[in-house]
Amino acid sequence: MLLYTLKRLLLTIPTLIGVAVLVFFMLRVVPGDIVEVKLRGDGGNVTQEVVEQERKRLGLDRPLLVQFGDYMLGLAKFDLGISMWTERPVIEEIMIRLELSLEVAILATIFATIISIPLGTLAALYRNTWIDYVVRIITIGGLSIPSFWFGMIIMLTLLALFNWLPPITFTPIYVDPVANLSQLIWPALAVGYRYCAVTARMIRSSLLEVLAEDYIRTARAKGVYEKLVVSRHALRNALLPAITVMGLEFAFLIGGLVVTEQVFNLNGIGQLFVQSVSRNDFMLIQGMVILIACFYVVINLVVDLLYAVFDPRIRYGN
Amino acid sequence: MRKLVLGLIGVAALSLAAGPKAEAQQPKRGGTLNFAISAETPQYDCHGSDTYATLHFSSPFYSTLLRYNLNKFPDVEGDLAKSWTVSPDKKTYTFTLHDGVKFHDGTPFSSADIKATYDRLRNPPKGVVSTRSATFADIESIETPNPTTVVFKLKSVNSSMLDHFASPWNCVYSAKDLAADPAGPRTKINGTGPFVFVEHVKGSHVAGKRNDAYFKKGLPYLDGFRGIFTLQAAAMLNALQGGQVLAEFRGVSPADRDRMVSAMGNKLRVEESSWTLNLLVLFNTEKPPFNDVRVRKALLLAIDRWGGSKGLSRISTLRAVGGVVRPGSPLATPEAELVKLPGFGKDIKAARAEARRLLKEAGHEKLKFTLWNRNLAMPYTPAGIFLVDQWRQIGVEVEHKQSDTAPYIAAMRSGNYEVAIDFSNLFNDDPTLSLTKFLSASKNPLNLARYDDPEIDRLYELQLREGDLNKRRAHIQALEKRLFEQAYQQPILWWHRIVLSHKTVMGWKMSPSHNLGQDLADVWLNQ
Repeated sequence: MLLYTLKRLLLTIPTLIGVAVLVFFMLRVVPGDIVEVKLRGDGGNVTQEVVEQERKRLGLDRPLLVQFGDYMLGLAKFDLGISMWTERPVIEEIMIRLELSLEVAILATIFATIISIPLGTLAALYRNTWIDYVVRIITIGGLSIPSFWFGMIIMLTLLALFNWLPPITFTPIYVDPVANLSQLIWPALAVGYRYCAVTARMIRSSLLEVLAEDYIRTARAKGVYEKLVVSRHALRNALLPAITVMGLEFAFLIGGLVVTEQVFNLNGIGQLFVQSVSRNDFMLIQGMVILIACFYVVINLVVDLLYAVFDPRIRYGN
Repeated sequence: MRKLVLGLIGVAALSLAAGPKAEAQQPKRGGTLNFAISAETPQYDCHGSDTYATLHFSSPFYSTLLRYNLNKFPDVEGDLAKSWTVSPDKKTYTFTLHDGVKFHDGTPFSSADIKATYDRLRNPPKGVVSTRSATFADIESIETPNPTTVVFKLKSVNSSMLDHFASPWNCVYSAKDLAADPAGPRTKINGTGPFVFVEHVKGSHVAGKRNDAYFKKGLPYLDGFRGIFTLQAAAMLNALQGGQVLAEFRGVSPADRDRMVSAMGNKLRVEESSWTLNLLVLFNTEKPPFNDVRVRKALLLAIDRWGGSKGLSRISTLRAVGGVVRPGSPLATPEAELVKLPGFGKDIKAARAEARRLLKEAGHEKLKFTLWNRNLAMPYTPAGIFLVDQWRQIGVEVEHKQSDTAPYIAAMRSGNYEVAIDFSNLFNDDPTLSLTKFLSASKNPLNLARYDDPEIDRLYELQLREGDLNKRRAHIQALEKRLFEQAYQQPILWWHRIVLSHKTVMGWKMSPSHNLGQDLADVWLNQ
């Protein structure tokens, strides 16, 4: 297992290098110049000389390969460079937002897990009964309603019913847990609904498949209690595809909550991503792509390792 | 019935009369103002910025030499300057400065700080960006005969100089700080303004507290402020309705205003003004068929601005019909003159018949092209849709292409477009800055229509050097006429500013520019 984990971790290095090379050159193909956006984006009446000076100061006048060499050298030293927009370290810009985005993702995952496993299981066990229909309606609603729209409805409901809104500035959970949760529980609910719907449907279909397997019939024939058949034999195996989906959903939540973050005025990674793209802040975009790629790689690894926990037949490293 | 109507009119009139009186109360000290800022500044240096995001963030911390008197806009008044004189030849400006002013770090303020600030603005040292170096190119020397006097000598008369001195971007920095690190103001704040910098939490908010040593006695009234970044209009409006922020000082759309009025009723204050912003339509004069003045003119003639204003003002921030200077301002072309210019006539049927004739004559009856626009909902999208519809009515087929700011600017700068919607973002009504974009491309890379017209350059220079207001107005109108007759580029409509605040926010003054009046010194909370 340890050897397998190490191998997988080592494999991430060429993956991340590939991502870094691709994103560096692809961004340079996109039309647009951050200096123009910075100095003239709001109608600034600046001379061409000033624009050229600023390009020089930011190192944008250097040959592309020199810029690439510097960037890769920085990556080797875990230095993601300086944001061309704010001129602060990319890692600092990301870390400010990462805490919030991670917390929303974790809260949404907790919410989705707590709700989706019983919901999916019930729907499978009571297939084609009113329980199944209710669950299916709830989950189809989760898939059909965009998270940002649900977020808006939550906000408007809170405003209309209680004349109250969640705080719009972030307080870390270790500073004031109540303020923190009263801000983040709502976006977590908004995105968690869809997350929960996807997972519940996956568990339902997977459980239905497993319940039709021979070994389940054998267990039942041996007189194993139905509760044990479901929880010990069926559900553990049915959770495998759901874990994959949950892993991918979690990684998506780190950088993909763009509109939901805007609705709740959250200072998260998604919002930063959109801003950096609209400004052509190459360094920040590169840093964030690398970060998100890292998340996907790590989460995929965690999912693979969880497989072994849930399915004893799966063993790694031999 | 007649009595009832008269009675209602009477009550309404009394309410209007009572409104301002009711608000003319004794200011109260204390409280923290939470307000929304709909963009976050990338850095703190006013000299290197053109975005209101920097001003709404930095203005409370800084003073300027002069500023606009928002009670009598566009009149100018002193800020750090107590008074000033202009020599008879209009080439020497002498300012007497307030005594006893201190920077937030305790350093005494003097004329040396003004000199250091303006030297940085007009001739920035290496590694420093000043987007105003061209604006102050007419300054020959700055002298400081004593700590409270500063003398600016100009190379030649510049009729816009007082307006340039009143620019909100000319934050006064400490000479000591600039000597230690010329680029320092980009990341550090040390001004003489009414508030002292407390913190900037990236992506969240900026906070300031009262400067107890502020040189204007008794000000500011607030204990402090928090400018909260709300990048999305819906989030800002919710926060305003929920009382998490008490105001947003840039401006909202008519639809947002109506929603908030219906949700908040009499708790909400709505202030409206014309705005020093406009959208323009421009043609790439290097690309056929837009190198033909007949084609360009035909397209301008097809636009029904007067009718469009009525419709667009209901759904967008676009409203006033005007030429190159904000309508209603001292140097603007009056409506009676404006309607004689191409594209501004009120008989749209006749104008469109003429447009069709011109296109036929030019051999482009079935014209097709792409209109480039910025991917910003308000007011760029409605403006683009409006233009597409106007041109469709003379048989022209247009593809509306909206893109993000970076590729949009790249296309404009490289000339890789046919027709585009451009914008002017001004902080005052003085035409020198706004007219710069119409100068010949060989003189000014900001001329995105890419033409050279020596006549426009000559008229620009004449208005800049003219001290007499009436003669200056005549030069500006001649320039405007030339610009529109050649149909290089032309304002579509001017914007209309709507600012929403809770009625508890007092002392803030509405103006035609969202870049002005943001030091918050006079603002107080009635609670």
